[in-house]
Amino acid sequence: MEILGYKKDYQLFNGVDLNKKTKFITPQKNNQSKAKVKQNLNDLFSEIELKDGMTLSFHHHLRNGDYVLNFVMQEIARRKVKDITIFASSLFPIHAPLVPLIENGVVTSIYAAFISGPVASAISEGKLQKCVIMHTHGGRARLVESGDVTIDIAFIASPTCDKLGNITGTIGKSACGSLGYAVTDALYAKTTVALTDNLVTNLDSYEIDKKYIDYIISVDSIGDSKGIVSGTTQITKNPLGLKIARLTTEIIKHSGYFKNGFSFQTGAGGISLAVSYYLKQLMLEEDIKGSFASGGITGYLVDMLENDLFEKLYDVQCFDLEAVRSIHENRNHLAISASKYANINDDCIVNDLDFVILGATEIDLDFNVNVTTTSTGEIMGGSGGHSDTAAGANVTIVVSQLFNARIPVIKDKVICKTTPGETIDILVTERGIAINPLRKDLYERLKETNLPIKSIAELKAISDNLIGVPEEIKFADKIIGVVEYRDGSVIDFLYKKSK
Amino acid sequence: MKLLRPSKAGTYESNDIYLMLFPGSSGNKLELESVVYETYGKQIKNVIFTTLEAIGVNNVLVKAIDKGALDFTIKARLKTALKRGGIDV
Repeated sequence: MEILGYKKDYQLFNGVDLNKKTKFITPQKNNQSKAKVKQNLNDLFSEIELKDGMTLSFHHHLRNGDYVLNFVMQEIARRKVKDITIFASSLFPIHAPLVPLIENGVVTSIYAAFISGPVASAISEGKLQKCVIMHTHGGRARLVESGDVTIDIAFIASPTCDKLGNITGTIGKSACGSLGYAVTDALYAKTTVALTDNLVTNLDSYEIDKKYIDYIISVDSIGDSKGIVSGTTQITKNPLGLKIARLTTEIIKHSGYFKNGFSFQTGAGGISLAVSYYLKQLMLEEDIKGSFASGGITGYLVDMLENDLFEKLYDVQCFDLEAVRSIHENRNHLAISASKYANINDDCIVNDLDFVILGATEIDLDFNVNVTTTSTGEIMGGSGGHSDTAAGANVTIVVSQLFNARIPVIKDKVICKTTPGETIDILVTERGIAINPLRKDLYERLKETNLPIKSIAELKAISDNLIGVPEEIKFADKIIGVVEYRDGSVIDFLYKKSK
Repeated sequence: MKLLRPSKAGTYESNDIYLMLFPGSSGNKLELESVVYETYGKQIKNVIFTTLEAIGVNNVLVKAIDKGALDFTIKARLKTALKRGGIDV
């Protein structure tokens, strides 16, 4: 089946770890120019030619505070360029100005690991002329280094940049910490442009080297660093959420992997943060110290680093301003690139993880997880690092209420398969935990405890009994996008809903 | 049985339902908004109408704003609203 705007020779997902490759493009850039600074975008585009059909890349470290994408795309639209592919690491509600550009054909295709807000709605309504490609954080690095995607121009939101092009995210009025997702773009794009609101003479320590930067533009503001605290960054107060977090911590304790030197990752959801909180108590009680925590980093993990509970933090993206402060001050808080974080072809950090705590919009009886669409099928989210960490970690735990506001988490079949069930080990709900039958080792260890172990079918029966089985959501035949697994195979398609 | 006066019960909190009842004239009517309309709309309508019938209420207009309430919550809120409207439940 041909999908407009997507490679014709795509492969369907056929199992984890099957499509590793060894041949890559090697970054060759070495721009030592001392005259990279341009006055404005107008100046820049008089030097580099804009063409219809180009691929432009952006990164999302300023999250819902990012001004750069809108600023650049406004100028692109003004210049009547059409058929642009946006290669963004993620898109947020602040990127709503993209919607009219999608509607009038300036933007016809989008790559992203996560999309929320008006752009997600517009795509769900079928407004993109071509298609959306939802990849993983690691998959994004793979797309570029394998040559599947060629970035024509990369725009790097740079909290601080020196006049030669060295970039750091740890200082400046718009400091956002790690620039992990932007590194690949800078290395591989045909042309790389740094936009900064803090142009300095000289930087001694930086995350992106000047040799990859071709142009620098100084702007009033690249964004609102308060916007990087988007989404949940508070421990849940919901007693059900806290119960789930306590059960999860018990699982960690008895899993066989909780010992000195263990490693840990969690997201910034309310339940995940509560797991960090209880884990800290457990580590203090049992006198266990971990080696590293990774991923999007929050103040809770910073606190654990500063209390010597972890030796290092590997940070691809700061989730809050505490993390930004720490990455600047603490040399054991290290920025890593998206490739080093999660690229299937790299010696990536996720492969060294013992535990990862993840969320789910839906999970099915085979443990496949949907975090790409809502339970009614509209795009709202995406893998981010979900599939990457699930594949890498020794114990992958999904935490969720069994249902909330009459929306069940367990379905016969997920609307969209984001992360394959063979990489999900345990589902933890307030009414019991289900262990993937593939993990007999975990079952053998945990059955000795008082943990409320049930089969996932039993949990689903409890849910169905209390809230009823939801009516099935109907979709039209029209494919509006693909979901790429981290190896570049297509794990699912996205459809427009039927009216 | 006849509703003597407009009445209401419930809240706009998640997992709850807010119900407003008005005396009507030609059978039971329902205006439903729900956060789970696509997946549970029919089920919610069914619960409201069967509960009204079981109590013997024939001419009432129900305006419901549902935030994902389960069936027993819907029934309980409906019975409370009926009592407040003067119906002996």
